[in-house]
Amino acid sequence: MSSREKILAAVTANKPALTEVPSMKIDRASIDHTTAVQQFIKTLEGIGGKAIQVADIQVIRDEIQQLKAAHHYIVNTLLSLGEVNPEINPRLDANSMEPVYKTYIEGTIGVAENGSVWLYESQLVNRILPFICQHLVICLDVKNIVPTMHEAYQQIDVDREGYGVFLAGPSKTADIEQSLVIGAHGARSLVVYLV
Amino acid sequence: MKDHATLSEKFIADEPRTDWHDETLWFVREKRDKAVRQVPEWEQLREMASQIKDHSLSNLDNYLLEFETKALANGVKIHWAADAAEHNAIILKIIQHNKVHRVVKSKSMLTEECHLNDFLIEQGVEVVDTDLGERIVQFRNETPSHIVLPAIHLKKQDVSETFHEHLGTEKGNNDPQYLTEAARMHLRDKFIASQLAITGVNFAIAETGGFVVCTNEGNADMGTHAADIHVACMGIEKIIPKTEHLSVFLRLLARSATGQPITTYSSHFNKPRIGQQMHIIIVDNGRTKQLGRPDFRNSLKCIRCAACFNTCPVYRRSGGHSYHTAVAGPIGSILSPNLDMKANADLPFASTLCGSCSNVCPVKIDIHVQLWKWRQVLTEEGYAPTGKKIAMKGMAFVLSHPTIYRVAGKMGRWVMRVFPFIMNNKSFNPWYKQREMPTPPKQSFRDWYIKNKK
Repeated sequence: MSSREKILAAVTANKPALTEVPSMKIDRASIDHTTAVQQFIKTLEGIGGKAIQVADIQVIRDEIQQLKAAHHYIVNTLLSLGEVNPEINPRLDANSMEPVYKTYIEGTIGVAENGSVWLYESQLVNRILPFICQHLVICLDVKNIVPTMHEAYQQIDVDREGYGVFLAGPSKTADIEQSLVIGAHGARSLVVYLV
Repeated sequence: MKDHATLSEKFIADEPRTDWHDETLWFVREKRDKAVRQVPEWEQLREMASQIKDHSLSNLDNYLLEFETKALANGVKIHWAADAAEHNAIILKIIQHNKVHRVVKSKSMLTEECHLNDFLIEQGVEVVDTDLGERIVQFRNETPSHIVLPAIHLKKQDVSETFHEHLGTEKGNNDPQYLTEAARMHLRDKFIASQLAITGVNFAIAETGGFVVCTNEGNADMGTHAADIHVACMGIEKIIPKTEHLSVFLRLLARSATGQPITTYSSHFNKPRIGQQMHIIIVDNGRTKQLGRPDFRNSLKCIRCAACFNTCPVYRRSGGHSYHTAVAGPIGSILSPNLDMKANADLPFASTLCGSCSNVCPVKIDIHVQLWKWRQVLTEEGYAPTGKKIAMKGMAFVLSHPTIYRVAGKMGRWVMRVFPFIMNNKSFNPWYKQREMPTPPKQSFRDWYIKNKK
């Protein structure tokens, strides 16, 4: 008998009697839709990120132009923000992307209770991009902020693409004496522009 | 093999450090409390999580099959390992078959349980642990002392010395920011050069064949997205039925672990990226046996948040290495006897049975009840220490005979008064270690009651 058959047979023999799947109805939600945007901004700040409401995306376009003028390697993936970097594609290796200073990507859903943003693989263009860049900027439609993870999972299609991530704030660690340090392996900063 | 009490003695020899360890972990527990209080539906979430896990275990064979079918359709290779040796052999085979030389690994308690690193080093394969805490303990040839905070037993001076030796950082520079930056530089090189990345699995979803990996540092993502091969290792109990159930677990996990509302990265892997190989190893290693023990099976619901560690008065004051197993703390003490009753017979006794672990557990495992039940099983099976067995039998005899109990009480009080050195002696009375004996009362409560009841 293969290990597969052995394990499955042992599970069948030893599992308890079938129990019900609980209902997913939450009686009391901690956050409602009216306060979700403010809660998102506050929570993201609490975990080391920053959320900024922008009335006109020209502000972001200008920022990109200024950074490029200062000779930083900027990667933009959004057509609405100007020229999209043609060299970034899903096959590009980590070594080629290591010099990226700042990346601009689009987010799908923001979650008020924890400050996270759902990103589809297609929005990242290359899976490693939001991790390997030094600084990360996510543009999010302010209408797409939901109160909790329950609403978030209802609105996204988790297995639509090969990969996706809830990203909440900059990379961090407290592994040395519980002192919080921002910028462990991933991006050192995160700004979410709410447009 | 040294037991928990002996190993703890070594840990508590340094009193200021023990106090620091105790207070730091309690601080993490308090952060958890603050986070929990912001979620009014917390208790409802715990109950849901508990029921989802109960249900998953009750239908586990079907969910494993569903998960396998979906994952295969997603282009993922599935391997099944009956035990640690088979798990390690599968990884070695993947490494050899692909002629891989550089391996990175993010945190996975399963690979610690299987002693994968030791095995691969013996086979001449270098594995770089990429979680900062794990890299620190790896440099020091130690094991993690906590499943979420692997280097919590160390002070920044220790890390500074280790990094000075291995990474050439400035001697005596203990600044955590500086030290973390040095590790970031060092590990970036390792990520970019890596050919194969090993990760654990936090949740595997039957309905999609996908799995979720949670980190704060981003090391799992840096590793897997850079490497040509991703190997994810999971115990059979990681399965949950549907995607919607993730919302419950992701709301509970980080709040219970560190008081964060969610980990920085909750990465959902469904398919390998273009040109990448993805493997999942599904491991039993004693889990089906635990599933067959009605009193202990719900320990398999654990989501490895370590809330029970941070709240445990014994863990906080004895340190993770005293538990001599990959998973320490209260949950480790109910999981480990299943793997090896003889070697881990001491662990269920390393508890005050105060129940704090069960109160904070996000999936409602009755940890303290299982500790108490393991004590009974271990004693019945003959694994309790002889001294304890004789003492317990003596105690049971005295307590069930009122006359003997009264005489013994009188004798005890007399001995404590007249010959205090007998009780105040560590070799006769182990209770005297680190404790003062109380002043013996002149009479028993019963005598006092008879005298005063009119």
